[in-house]
Amino acid sequence: MEVKLKLAGDTLVVRLRGELDHHAVNGLRSKIDTKLPQVKNILFNFNEVGFMDSSGLGLVLGRYKIVSEKGGKVVACSLSPGVNRVFELSGLQSKIPLYSTEREALNSV
Amino acid sequence: MDNYMKLEIPSKSQNESFARVAVAAFAAQADPTIDEITDVKTAVSEAVTNAIIHGYENGPGIIAITASLTGRTLEIIVVDYGVGITDIEQARQPLYTSKPELDRSGMGFTIMESFMDQCRVVSKAGEGTTVSMSKVFGDIDNKMS
Repeated sequence: MEVKLKLAGDTLVVRLRGELDHHAVNGLRSKIDTKLPQVKNILFNFNEVGFMDSSGLGLVLGRYKIVSEKGGKVVACSLSPGVNRVFELSGLQSKIPLYSTEREALNSV
Repeated sequence: MDNYMKLEIPSKSQNESFARVAVAAFAAQADPTIDEITDVKTAVSEAVTNAIIHGYENGPGIIAITASLTGRTLEIIVVDYGVGITDIEQARQPLYTSKPELDRSGMGFTIMESFMDQCRVVSKAGEGTTVSMSKVFGDIDNKMS
């Protein structure tokens, strides 16, 4: 799992690449969390994520709990059909709006 | 049963991807669709991750995975010899997790139930957990989910 982190104003853009499972999340979480004090919102870009299970949901939900306490938002974009099904099943899209492109997602925060 | 495979792996998170890819590669001989293969991979990933995090609480242990094909019916059995689940009903509730501090979503069993046709859980405290799942490929009734 690779991750690219970019600051866009007060939003942390997290571009993920690879398969997002429990093993991958263990390596990712601290990389993301060290940046959180600098930002208000998080954007997860799933464009290059070919596989995600409930551990990926847990990563997103956990970051949502952190930033929403400070009034921040979490948004996500570019979900493959497989990743989208896991999201839909969880009902998480009521908390985390999904967009088709990173630009749309950025404009929403 | 037409064909089967058995896999034994140590309880290490690196093996999650290996386990799901191995079962998916075995299942490929029944000519599933890409969506069906994704369902199988996701369900295996959930069962193996549960064994690692909950069964063995991130400690050492052995996970046994069996997959078998009868016609176009795939059956998968994931066994751990860990702590077991005391309240299976509660564990299966959507969004319930015994480990919220670990950023768990509580969606593991819901995903296994939704992505496979059947999911049975047998567990005994101190002895371990067996998750048995099955899926019929090309079953139009199950394409609606």
